[in-house]
Amino acid sequence: MIPERVREDFPLLQLRVHGKPLVYLDSAATSQKPRVVLEALARYYSEYNANVHRGIYLLAELATQRYEEARARVARFINAPRPEEVVFTRGTTEAINLVAYTWGRATIRSGDEILLTEMEHHSNMVPWQILAAEKGARLRYLPFDGQGRLALEELDALLSERTKLVAVTQQSNVLGTINPVAEIARRAHAVGALVLVDGAQSVPHMPVDVQALGCDFLAFSAHKMCGPTGAGALWGRYELLQAMPPFHGGGEMIMLVTLEGATYKDPPHKFEAGTPNIADCIVWATAIDYLEGLGMAAIREHERQLLRYALGQLREVPGVRVFGPEDVEQRGSAIAFDVQGVHPHDVAQVLDQEGIAVRAGHHCAQPLHRRLGLAASTRASLYLYNTPGDIDALTRGLETVRRLFAPRTAVRDR
Amino acid sequence: MGLDDLYREIILDHYSHPRNRGRLAAADITVEGANPLCGDELALFVRLEGGVIAEVRFEGRGCSISQASASMMTEEVRGKTLAQARESVAAFKAMMRGEASPFDDTDLAALQGVRKFPVRVKCATLAWVALDQGIEEFQQGRTAARATTEVPE
Repeated sequence: MIPERVREDFPLLQLRVHGKPLVYLDSAATSQKPRVVLEALARYYSEYNANVHRGIYLLAELATQRYEEARARVARFINAPRPEEVVFTRGTTEAINLVAYTWGRATIRSGDEILLTEMEHHSNMVPWQILAAEKGARLRYLPFDGQGRLALEELDALLSERTKLVAVTQQSNVLGTINPVAEIARRAHAVGALVLVDGAQSVPHMPVDVQALGCDFLAFSAHKMCGPTGAGALWGRYELLQAMPPFHGGGEMIMLVTLEGATYKDPPHKFEAGTPNIADCIVWATAIDYLEGLGMAAIREHERQLLRYALGQLREVPGVRVFGPEDVEQRGSAIAFDVQGVHPHDVAQVLDQEGIAVRAGHHCAQPLHRRLGLAASTRASLYLYNTPGDIDALTRGLETVRRLFAPRTAVRDR
Repeated sequence: MGLDDLYREIILDHYSHPRNRGRLAAADITVEGANPLCGDELALFVRLEGGVIAEVRFEGRGCSISQASASMMTEEVRGKTLAQARESVAAFKAMMRGEASPFDDTDLAALQGVRKFPVRVKCATLAWVALDQGIEEFQQGRTAARATTEVPE
């Protein structure tokens, strides 16, 4: 496992909350940031802050160079064949919307089908709903089974020559399920469909190789992988990006503008209108260096061991029901659960008083919760800095929840 | 700020033994309330007799605060005219803003502790916002309504 001393790399993890040491179990929402990332951010603003791709002076050249180096760093991290295939965005949501609004609008026709799964985050569902409504296309959904695994046996029946796109998450932000994306991509390509992978929850937690996955697009965010908020990327195969119309119009993305019209730059700059999020994209590369210093395989192994411990401990708490696969090989470390008779907001409120930060609600996956027969769930999610002690704090906190909300028998008289 | 301020015994009692839970087949006012933040949903049914609220029932799913508040509300507004019920809604909202209220001697006073947990105030007001919306729609001649805590109060 990753040594416990990595916690010291994260200033925020040293906080106390309500007088108790912070137990941070919400990394699926956003990760904490190591000191090297915070320092790199300060260094950018104090040593070479300048706009990119336009200045002739030294600082502008330096900022441009670092910005493009960051792109190459991100590309290498996911084993993209070339850096120009990485488009910087605000995050996963913007990356998926970019594909929907450019490729989607140019390609999708009435009667076409887009295949999603019932476990998608709203950000990999709503953009396609908007597109389908605009174009008269049809959305279809691959369901999941009682253990939160995609019903792959139904995939071939849902795929046809009408299917133009399959958009699927590599790792569920609620169930934790790791989906067999390479297998899905292979079958989708057989009917001529493209494949977009939502990597928001997978890229931070395991080695991800776009060439091995065989997908066409991958969307992911910096802030869930020790980087800053407001930065993310769309990776796409170069010939697809080249054929796609631009997303936003403006400066930076043009070759030549006349009163009559404009010609556009090649990817990725065609999709990066306006001043980009220079600082956070550059610092993202520092976060990637940090993660690779520990090793992505080691991070996955750390989480797998911790997950196995957590699932075992949670199973011992009466009334607690964990969703998603039981087999830790089939899942990542987002652990959504239900506490019988206690609403998730109440669970999270009680845990907060113990210094434990978990998420309560629908986690931007309302259709998934409806399938589970719930309006909401509580979610604990792990990362490289979590320890068995964090899990013990969680199970102790859940005992407190159960005590407080123990069934009451006497109806009080007024 | 402790949990005892939030989870008063009275609140937990209303949560585990909600008063007036269920549907009313012959309701004069039906209204649904929703809290988009957490996906909680609530439906209210009001039956009138001679301009007075004869019966209120609610159903739905939500946290202890939203369910207890709804349960207490059904007791509070029974026997009131629609105008009086809307005054109660205004007084409850005022109490949740920290103002004086006429509820000091009722179960509702227990919900004052929620004020220390600002995120949860909307849980407490959900049923009340829904009732207000339902009465307003009824008075304007419409019978069904949908209220949300995201509507500016």
